[in-house]
Amino acid sequence: MKNKRNKKQTFRKGMHIIWLSIAFLFAACFAILFLTPIVLTITNSFMSSTEISANYGVIFSTTESGGKVFISEQVNLKFIPDMVSFEQYATVLLKSPDYLLKFWNSVILVVPIVVFQIVVAALAAYGFYRYEGRLRQIIFFSYIILMLMPYQVTLVPNYLVSDWLNILDTRWAIWLPGIFSPFSVYLLTKYMKRIPMGIIEAAKIDGAGEFQIFMQIALPLCKSAVCSVAILVFIDYWNMVEQPIILLSDESLQPLSVYLSKINSGELGLAFAVATIYMIPCLFVFLYGEDYLVEGITYQGGIKG
Amino acid sequence: MRAIHKKNRTASSKQKLGRQKRKVKRLSAAFIAPSFLGVLAFFFLPFLVVIAYSVVDNPVSMNFVGLDNFAKILKNAAFLRAVRNTLHFSVIAVPLAVGLSLLLALVLQWKIPLRSQFRTFFLSPMMVPVASVVLVWQVLFDYNGAVNQWLAFLGVENKVDWLKSSQDIFVIVILFLWKNLGYNMILFMAALSNIPKDLIEVAVLEKASQFQIFWHIKLRYMTSTLLFVTIMSLINSFKVFREVYLLTGDNPTDWIYMLQHYMNNMFRKLNYQNLSAAAILMSLFMIVVIGILFLIENYFGKDVEG
Repeated sequence: MKNKRNKKQTFRKGMHIIWLSIAFLFAACFAILFLTPIVLTITNSFMSSTEISANYGVIFSTTESGGKVFISEQVNLKFIPDMVSFEQYATVLLKSPDYLLKFWNSVILVVPIVVFQIVVAALAAYGFYRYEGRLRQIIFFSYIILMLMPYQVTLVPNYLVSDWLNILDTRWAIWLPGIFSPFSVYLLTKYMKRIPMGIIEAAKIDGAGEFQIFMQIALPLCKSAVCSVAILVFIDYWNMVEQPIILLSDESLQPLSVYLSKINSGELGLAFAVATIYMIPCLFVFLYGEDYLVEGITYQGGIKG
Repeated sequence: MRAIHKKNRTASSKQKLGRQKRKVKRLSAAFIAPSFLGVLAFFFLPFLVVIAYSVVDNPVSMNFVGLDNFAKILKNAAFLRAVRNTLHFSVIAVPLAVGLSLLLALVLQWKIPLRSQFRTFFLSPMMVPVASVVLVWQVLFDYNGAVNQWLAFLGVENKVDWLKSSQDIFVIVILFLWKNLGYNMILFMAALSNIPKDLIEVAVLEKASQFQIFWHIKLRYMTSTLLFVTIMSLINSFKVFREVYLLTGDNPTDWIYMLQHYMNNMFRKLNYQNLSAAAILMSLFMIVVIGILFLIENYFGKDVEG
């Protein structure tokens, strides 16, 4: 009797281990699929241009030099370059200022949006938190709807205003709608509503003014929320494509995200290096802010709050 | 006498409280003002103009034409194709985005080795700009690319021109899934960790199978998250233009000509009336979708969480 039970238990345990291994293999397969594009981009950026054209010549025939380059019949997908070379990086960083300029464009477009969107949003979030009324509910509700609208809808009003203000084809056309985008208002308000009103009232009785309470109590209490929002806004705008192609027809102002897709087919090696450079800020942010990112996403689950 | 006095006092303190409340109201309005004025100026007020433009023949002469513009774009072949393609994409991509991410979240619930690393790996595409990885997609899916090579190796004779045939929608779906699965997975993981542990423990004691636990407990507790993720994926699938643009530029094939492409063309032609009408149709559709989202939240929010 006891023996039988033992047998059953070991059987169960065995099944459990089998299931665990299947789960692990499944996760591992997906992990490989997820990481491959990132890893390939990074490792291929260390290939010399001859190696690139040898490996990918079929797709992007490089005849710029006119010299005889060995071009393989097939694409040769390689994770590890035959020889690690910094040739592409040297070209990008030293010889073609175009890419660096575009990278700088991305920075100058995104950073002010992240900073000022959060400033504007933190103020508004405090306002929404401090007093709840019918009108405010309606405004907040309209923010949520606006936040969920795709670019097909929001770009049309943005374009019209930029046109009236004569800021089309200037950075302001990207900055201003970005700064007032309601996304971070929504998320910060949701966070702030967790602060017990008692703390605020107590500070009030001690004679603190509203702005002082905001700066010294409310804001420090949602520091992690500010980090989450900053990360989410940053990746959203670092990745932007729709706004610049509509609002910035001036090529010299366009961010790298748009320019990368226009890279000449002859410059595939360079493109890998540029793509890697473009990824680096994101990877850094991810490295230090993964938990904030997860927290931010979790907070979006359940729209109403 | 004392009673009256007391009454007076409470009345005056109430008045004082009311004054204070009004003060808070005024001050908090000042906090909201910068954001609200900005949203008003850049989104809501110009949207009223968009509505006006949608019912006139053109923004200069401003002759009222009723719903003619709407009728025109609803008969426009390019617009209809864009709508059809966008919906086609959503129908393929959304179930996959929901199903696979749920599967990943469930797998990560188990005590498998490297669990937290896997979470990081699945989330990393969300951080990487699409522009950085489209090169890899081109290398993989080109006519002479790696995928065709692998297929040939497996004995598939006919090469597929992935990026230039009706198959290109699948390439976009894969890119979309790659980018979005991590986000959905995190939402599911949060929902899974909110399920009361004792409930599952009782079920295990009662010898419920894993499948029963999943079906009767986990899924039931996650219904609202499931619907939320579905609708968010649907909304995200309408934004898929970015991937298409980066992969194929301004001239996509007929199968991945998306709504944003149509809009871009209208922008280029400065065709404000069509642009406005399309934006309004789109926003009406979105309001319906968002309305469903809210109904769901109302319905399930009370049922399970409380």
